[in-house]
Order: sequence, then structure tokens, then C-alpha cells
Amino acid sequence: MLRIACPHCGTRDHTEFTYGGDATVKRPPADAPMASWYEAVYLRSNPRGVHEELWQHTQGCRAWIVVHRDTLTHEILETRLPQAARGNT
Amino acid sequence: MKYSIASLARNALSQHANWPQAWRSPDPKPSYDVIIVGGGGHGLATAYYLARNHGITNVAVLEKGWLGGGNTGRNTTIVRSNYLLEGNAHFYEWSLKLWHGLSADLNYNVMFSPRGVLNLAHSDAQRDAAMRRGNAMRLNGIDAEWLGLDQVRREVPLLDCSDQQRYPIVGGLMQRRGGIARHDAVAWGYARAADARGVDILQNCEVTGFRLERGRVLGVETSRGYIGAGKVGLAVAGHSSHVAAMAGLRLPIETHVLQAFVSEPVKPVLDTVVTYGAGHFYVSQSDKGELVMGGDLDFYNSYAQRGNFAAVEHALVGGLQLFPWLRRLRLMRLWGGVMDMTMDGSPIISKTPIEGFYIDGGWCYGGFKATPGSGWVFAHTIANDAPHRLNEAFALDRFARGAVVDEKGAGPSPKDH
Repeated sequence: MLRIACPHCGTRDHTEFTYGGDATVKRPPADAPMASWYEAVYLRSNPRGVHEELWQHTQGCRAWIVVHRDTLTHEILETRLPQAARGNT
Repeated sequence: MKYSIASLARNALSQHANWPQAWRSPDPKPSYDVIIVGGGGHGLATAYYLARNHGITNVAVLEKGWLGGGNTGRNTTIVRSNYLLEGNAHFYEWSLKLWHGLSADLNYNVMFSPRGVLNLAHSDAQRDAAMRRGNAMRLNGIDAEWLGLDQVRREVPLLDCSDQQRYPIVGGLMQRRGGIARHDAVAWGYARAADARGVDILQNCEVTGFRLERGRVLGVETSRGYIGAGKVGLAVAGHSSHVAAMAGLRLPIETHVLQAFVSEPVKPVLDTVVTYGAGHFYVSQSDKGELVMGGDLDFYNSYAQRGNFAAVEHALVGGLQLFPWLRRLRLMRLWGGVMDMTMDGSPIISKTPIEGFYIDGGWCYGGFKATPGSGWVFAHTIANDAPHRLNEAFALDRFARGAVVDEKGAGPSPKDH
């Protein structure tokens, strides 16, 4: 079991969460060229190592959180709210 | 040496001490016409068909570990071609046809057993969907048969067909020409047959980079030194993103871990492949008597080749619905393999923006059954620098063109395919 430290609820089993994929994907502006949309919708870095990813605490506070996790060892290195990254907590 | 009853008898006389090695372990040459990265079923099949179908024998297969030590040795060995969509149906059907003659072609017993694959349905909607798929298959010239509940009960007597289940079975879609094969033997059979035609198989040879010049591939950096190459083909599914990144490519793929498990061996209880429709669970019985089972992904990016018990429990809950007696068995082994999960659930067998650089990957849950067909069309793609008509739909640029092949209709969410 992965144990994810939810900033609101504390450390919980990953089965309480729903995986949301790569957290570094940026939604392009609506008038961005098709190539930007292709990249955002389809292309992923898919690293073998530290991955910045989204999880939603669907069976807890329902907040989306950002997790830094090593995809080779499953070690969780950091957990935070998405807002923290933008510096507007 | 040809394997036959005569060679078996001859070697029996010398206590089986004089069987020759099945393939050589040569040192790398300075360069090859074609280098295939990845010594699993797909890479070895590609090398074999390059030699057999296209006369290209100056070929090396590079494997970082041992042959078939990745997903070829980790899958649940199911072979089928029961697909709905045009782009998939003909490709997998060609692969299934190759399975039916494979042991004779390779002179190696891959123990292919066409014992049928039964997809169970548990609701009116699932019955409609199964019949629609079955009809699409038959229109494509592929065998499909709807089995009503009584017939399911007759054919799989130990299945719980009662109406006391949470999701009672209403019937199932059977493909009788599908079945299972011996996964390791597929890698070994292709390796031996490719080696016999002059292909160099280089194990413990990890690719660490690619040498590119003006958009063209020149060769491969490896743990055994630099090797020049006219063309390079990747067959490293699970690690496609990782290896392609060494050539500067980003792919529409996420890597996820999928687990499989076997029970202790028991007497024959199940003579077909059965899949659960109300959850995700599939099971067959191996020749050794073990029940070979699998279910869903763990649902998070992983290269770890091991997963969590939550996914095992989820799969086995489905298994117990079908076969309540499973609870009396102990699991003997469980393991994980890492899957290239693509954005539409279909594979990528394609040219790339780099000249002379080709990719065969994105196999999601379903690479094993595709092994012969994949090798066949990937060899064609490399030899002719153009796709075979059976893999035109699997081009890498299909995502940018909006021409996805989304069998499940799940959209660009890799874990949901």
C-alpha cells in the first residue's frame, strides 16, 4: 500500500485516493495552436524516477493534491496542495 | 539442428548430454544493417521475420537482461483476436493465424493451445455489446459465438451460474480459436529460429544512448560499446518512453504496473480462458495445473515491476464471484510487469520523426497475443521504411491527426484502457 500524506487529513492509504496523472501538464489557452493542444492532451514525459502527479482524496476531503513520487521505488518524497506551487496559499 | 522425434531419440542414447546450444552468444560486430532494441517476444519475432520474410540477416537484437525476462515472461499468456474496430481486428487476426502455425514454422513447441476465450456478460447492456462485437468480428471473417447461459453452464461446469450472484451471468462471447501459449517458449523459439538465420542475439547489452546526425540514426551506445546501425527498431514496451527519450522523442504513453498471479497446481478444473465482465478478472489453467490469473492495473505510473495488494484483492474478488471454490486455493506467486499504456489503448508500430528509427510499443495489457503479428509487420515497416497495411492504423502521428483507435472509447486517459 502506498501511504499518501494528505495535507488536510493526514497520512492515508492510496486506495482512498483517485489517481489524476501528470501534474506538470499545463492547459494551453483556447486559441493556442493545435500543436500545443496535442502536446497537452497526449504527450507525457513518463519519467522513470521522480514523477510529479495529481491524486484526489476522493474518500476523504476530496481535495486534489500534488505528490512527488519515485516511479521506480514508489517512494513518496513530497506532498502538497496544488496552490502551494503557485505561491498563493 | 532440427528438433524432431529422430533427434530426440538420438540424444536419448547419449543421456541428453550433447544437445547443442539453442542460440549463440556472439560478441557485437562494429555495425549491423538493423539493430532491434529489446530481446522479448516482439524484438526477437521482428528479427526472425526480417531474416525470413525480407532476407535481412545482418541484424542484432540487444537485450539489457536475459531473453524474455520482461513482459514476455510476466503475462497471463492469453491469445485472442476478438476486437471490434477495423484497425485492430485484421492485425490481431493475422497474429492469431500465425499462432496456429507457429510451432511448425519455428521448429519449436510454443505449446499453443486453442482452448477458447470466453468473455462473460452480466447484464442486458453487456449482452448487447458482446453481440455487437461478435457480429463485427464475424463480418471481418473472425470466429465468434454467443453462448447462452445454459451453454456457458455446460461448457464451464465449475462456474457459478446461479442467480444468487451479485452480478449473475447472462451468457458470454466465445472465440474458440483463441487460447493460451507457453510464454517463455515463444521467446526461445523465435531466438533460436532467428539465430539459425544469422541474427546476433546480444544479452546483457543495455542501450544507454543513440548517435544521431541531421535527423538520422547512426548507431547505438551500449554497455558493451558503440554499435553502428543502418536502422534501429525499438521493441521495449514498458520502457518505450524511457528509451525513446534517449533519442529526444516524447511519446503518448504512460507506464503502469500490471500484476499477475498463479495458484498452487491442482487437477484439471478449467479447460478454457474465462474473463469476468462485471469487474476485471481473467483466468486460465496452465499445463502444470496452476490457475493463471490477472486483473486491473494498479492505476498509477510505475516502472517498479511490483504492485500492491489492493489490486490483487480487487481482481480476486471478481474471481471468487465466478469460481467460489477459488477461496480454497493458495496463491503461489505474484509479480508485476510494466505496461506502455497509450492514450487510446492501441499499440504504436510506426516510423518516427527520426530517419531510420522505428518504434514498436504501447502494448497496454495485450502484447503477448500480438507477438507474431507485431514482429511480422514491424519487420515489414523497417525493411520497407513504410508500414504494412495491417499497422497503418498504429502510426505514431495518429494522435496529432485525431485518428485514434480507441477500442474501449475511454479517451486520452492511459490507465482506463
